[in-house]
Order: sequence, then structure tokens, then C-alpha cells
Amino acid sequence: MNVVASAATMELEDFVLRLTGPLTLETTAPLWRQAALLGATDGHDARIDVEGVPRCDTAGAALLIHLRRLLGGVAIEGASEQVRFMLDVMDRPCPEPPTAPPADRRPGMVETLGTFATQVLRNAADTVEYIGGLIAGFGEIALHPRRLRWPDTIVYMARTGADALGIVVMINGLMGLILAFQMGAQMRQYGADTYVADVVGMSIIQELGPLMTAILVCGRSGSAFAAEIGTMKVNEEVAALDTMGLERTRFLVMPKMVALLLMMPLLVVFADLAGVFGGMVIGTTYLDQPIGVYLGNTIARIGLWDVGQGLIKGEAYAIVIAAVGCLRGLQTGKGAQGVGVSATSAVVSGIFLIIVVDAILTVIFHAL
Amino acid sequence: MPSETPPPPEAPAPPATVDAIVRVRGLRAAYGDVTILEDVSFDVKRGEVFVILGGSGCGKSTLLKHLIGLIEPAAGTIELDGTDLTASTPAERRELLRRFGVLFQSGALFSGMTLEQNVALPLQEFTPLPREAISRLAQLKLSLVDLDGYEAYRPDEISGGMQKRAGVARALALDPPIVFFDEPSAGLDPISAAELDQLILDLRDSLGTTMVIVTHELASIYAVADRCIVLDKARQTIVAEGHPATLRDESDDPYVRSFFNREPALAGRGGR
Ligand SMILES: Nc1ncnc2c1ncn2[C@@H]1O[C@H](COP(=O)(O)OP(=O)(O)OP(=O)(O)O)[C@@H](O)[C@H]1O
Ligand SMILES: [Mg+2]
Repeated sequence: MNVVASAATMELEDFVLRLTGPLTLETTAPLWRQAALLGATDGHDARIDVEGVPRCDTAGAALLIHLRRLLGGVAIEGASEQVRFMLDVMDRPCPEPPTAPPADRRPGMVETLGTFATQVLRNAADTVEYIGGLIAGFGEIALHPRRLRWPDTIVYMARTGADALGIVVMINGLMGLILAFQMGAQMRQYGADTYVADVVGMSIIQELGPLMTAILVCGRSGSAFAAEIGTMKVNEEVAALDTMGLERTRFLVMPKMVALLLMMPLLVVFADLAGVFGGMVIGTTYLDQPIGVYLGNTIARIGLWDVGQGLIKGEAYAIVIAAVGCLRGLQTGKGAQGVGVSATSAVVSGIFLIIVVDAILTVIFHAL
Repeated sequence: MPSETPPPPEAPAPPATVDAIVRVRGLRAAYGDVTILEDVSFDVKRGEVFVILGGSGCGKSTLLKHLIGLIEPAAGTIELDGTDLTASTPAERRELLRRFGVLFQSGALFSGMTLEQNVALPLQEFTPLPREAISRLAQLKLSLVDLDGYEAYRPDEISGGMQKRAGVARALALDPPIVFFDEPSAGLDPISAAELDQLILDLRDSLGTTMVIVTHELASIYAVADRCIVLDKARQTIVAEGHPATLRDESDDPYVRSFFNREPALAGRGGR
């Protein structure tokens, strides 16, 4: 078929707005632009002439109705039967909504501040309640381990631990590599390159191993927790839990929390090993140290308590990641957008809190 | 876990000490500044099928969510079985709610679980039944809504109407003395809808279950409703209460008449 899209035209002459050609979705776009230039008719006896319009669709009818309102409710003349019918169908009164949508109102500054303050307080209250629920959840599991939903927990262990192992090992190996290279280049100048093993080992095991692992897990699992719970919230699954009298903490939070607590130490141990290995690669090649010497230096420097500090940090980060991820999920607003916002903020506030906790624990461990 | 079969968790409702199992007084429902319903008062009697009617968007689901304690009323009181929902602590409320069956308009099945696990969950949590009995019972409830053979499916692997029916099965898991159904027959073919109506009547007659149902299906309203209320979006409140056939034949209210006679609302009342 060879359909030539016939055009529609509009011209204004002696207060008669004359339209010709079919008014359809395809033809009306330029006319809308033209219509924007029309002004009020200042009491002149204007009219709209559609003699030359053979047919119109909903877009055409909308244009005609728009033009009529623009010119102050003037008559539309010469409409064909089809155009008249279309106009009848489309021209329905627009009742004022019984209640104006809230967005139309601009609140004053005092009100904005007040709303903000209540919001902050309410959020704080919710968070306190949530933390209380978490503590109760831990207590319950400590007393009755069977109350934990173990099948769910095992699934989360696989997802947060086993699935993350590869990336954790790779990143921490690279961290060790970079660290050893940077240190080596500097310390070599002072002939102190035998200490590279000590420095790299300590940094990785006390600080960087757990930290990098936590940041990775936060990005992978914290966001996943938030997105999962957020989607459940949007789908009213969380509401269904509530109405079934099932606690959100026990169902949604504790399996994830326990899974992370169980997997984090393993991930940290692997991270430590990978980091030391990365350092060793540089130590034995770039710094020309024999493997035995490098490893000997590392092992001589690092005590059990150093590893313990890293593991304790890892567990603290695990609590932060699970708690923040689940909280953000439960706070999800409406729709798919809300889920995205929750997942993002789970990562951002998760990493922020991880660093804060890191600082606090580092200070405490030094004071001990 | 005990192996002898213990009694079911909730025997049919005890003799009526309170005649109205749901009592709503002066309820105002609002989202933020926007009022949806105002001055809503009604009673649901024990053992009746109570239907909430009204145009799309008039606040039926909103009202239902108030009744099950998901939304706090902006004003007014809701009493369930003699307990004031608004004045109760969260723990009391949970205790109260777990005796109710709820079907959400969206179905709200747990997406991570199979249909059987969905139905079995409340049984696992609130009854001492052995695993095997729970599984049998869950299958039985699913077959009540004609979903035999779909036990191992997940919610996203079945159709919308099937999700609705699975939601009904989950709501009925604990033989609750009162159920709240939001459009149970939406998305169902006429035969399934009729079967669901029959199920509703059977439950009422055999277990004395009280049913609060939101629906648009006129046929099903006449078939099951003992009493109904009609909400109107324009007036934001209850505009009629009574038996549907009586309202259809005798109501003076033009909106109510249009509603039951399935004709466009008369012009001139706040729009079309
Ligand atoms: N979460 C919400 N936030 C703000 N407004 C809402 C929200 N949910 C519903 N509303 C508004 O409340 C009104 C009533 O909604 P509701 O879902 O109760 O309608 P309904 O009677 O169940 O309609 P339907 O028959 O289509 O399901 C609607 O106008 C809607 O805009
Ligand atoms: Mg609804």
C-alpha cells in the first residue's frame, strides 16, 4: 500500500479559524505549535470552521477542543458526521477533583522545617525500634536456634559467601600486590625492603582485608537485601507477613544476618591469604626476596590477635551490612523507583557506616 | 515435635459474646492530607458474608487495609472481636491478626516460595502439626481452589487468576474465624468465580466463617452477600447499606441504583 500522509492546515482569517485536511495523530503536531501562537479573541465573534476536515481521530478532537477553549468557547462549524461524533465522545466535562492533590500546595518554611523534624524523629524512632527488634531477634536465636529459618539462611550463605569468594580473593590479591609494589618502591631507597612483608601483612590482615571484603559484600549483598525486601514491600508481601502475625525481623532479617555472620570470617580469612599472596608475588619478583624469607617475615610479624582483630572487624561489618540493607529494604517507598533508591542507599550508608565502625574499632584495638 | 495430631489451632468462633465481630465507628481514612473516606460506621455480624461495594478508586481496598490494621485511621475506631485495634499494642495486634485470613488485591504471595510453601507457612508457624500433616493440609487447601498439581509452582510461574486463588488458599490455611478478601474473583472466568462463590458459602455454613469481601461482580454479590455497603467516591462515605437485591429494587439513591443496574452514572454529580 502506498499511503501518502496527507497534511492538515490551519489558517486564521477574519476571526475564522479554518482547518482543512484530516486531523490525526500524524497530522496535528504542527497545528498544536501554531495554536500556541493564537491569542484570545477579545470579544470578537470568532468561530472554527472544519468544513474541510473529512475525518479526525482522538488527537484531532483534542486539538479542536483545545482550540475552542483557547478562543473562549466559540462554535465549531461545518463538522462532518464523523468529526461531530468524535467531538461528542471526547468533549467531556473536566470536573475538579474532589480533593486537590497534595503536591499543589507549597508549604511555608516553618511547615517544611516542622515536617522535616517530625520525619527525622519518626525515622529515628523507627530505627531504634528496628534495632530493638534485631537485638530481640538475636536473643531468640541464641535461646532457640531452631527458630531460625535455616533453609533460607543456607541459601543466603551460598549467595553472600560462596558466590562472593572469587571476587574477594581477586580484589584482595591485587590489593596485596599494589601495596607491596608501592611500599617496595619507597622502602627500597632506604634499604628497608625486608620490612615490606611485615607492612603488607599487617595492613592486609588488620585493616584492608576485612575492609575491602566488607565493601565488596556491601555492594553485592547489602544492595541485594535491600532490593529483595524492597520488592517484597512493593508487592505487599511484607504487609501480608504483618497480617499473618509473622515478625518481619525473624522472617526477613535474621536469615540474612546470620548467613553473613557465618560467611564473613571465612571471606576475611581468604582475603587475608590472597592479600599476603599478592604481596609475596611482588616480594619474590620485584624485590628479589626468596619465598621462604618473605613468608617467614610475614609469619614472624603477625600474631593470632592481629588475625583476631581482622575477624572481629569483619563480624562488625557483617552486622552493619545486613542491618542497613534490610532496614533500607523495609523503608522502601512506592514502585520500582523506590526499590532502586533503597538499593543505592543501602550501599552508600552501608559503606559509610563500615568506615565509621572501622575507625572506632581501630581506636579501641590500639587502646587495648 | 509431637506425633499425635493436636486439635486445629482455631476452633470455629466461640458462641457470640459480641454480636458484631467488626465494629467501625466514625472512621476517617486519609493518605497524608488527602481524605479518602469520612465518617464511615458499620458493623459486621458474626457468621455473615459482608460485601463492600463501590466504584473503582473509591477506597474499598483502603478501608480493608484499615480493618486489618495495616493503616492507622486518621480518626475513629475499629473494634475487632471486641478489641480496639487503634488502642492495642503491636504484640496484641499481631495476636489478633494471626486469627484472620487476608487476601490482598495483588495476591501478595511470597515470591520466593512455592504455592505449597505459601499455604503451609501459617500452619508451620502457628500449629504444632507434623510436617506431613501440614503438607497434606496445604495440598488440600490448594485443591479447594482448584489448584491441584500446582503445589511446586512459584507465584511468578502461574497466571493472575491462579495467584488470586492461591492467595485465597493461603488466607484459609488456618480456618480463620474471619476472612478479608479484596476482589477474590477479579481475573477469574465465570466458572471459577462461581466455584469460589460456592466455596465462600460453604465455609460460612460449615465453619461459621465471617467474610468481609470487596468485589465488583454483580452476579457474585447477589449469590453470596448477606449484607453490603456501598461507598461513593464523590461523597467519600457509605451511601447505602442492606441486602443487594433490596438496594437494587428500592434504593432512592441514583448512584446506588446505577451501580446495581450497571448503567453509566447520571451526569451532574461531581463529574461523570
Ligand atoms: N498508598 C497510597 N497513597 C496515596 N493515595 C493512595 C494510596 N493508595 C490508594 N490511594 C488513593 O486512595 C483512593 C482509593 O484507593 P483504593 O485502592 O482504596 O481504591 P479501591 O476502591 O480499592 O479501587 P479498586 O476497585 O480499583 O481496587 C484512590 O483515589 C487512590 O488514589
Ligand atoms: Mg481495590
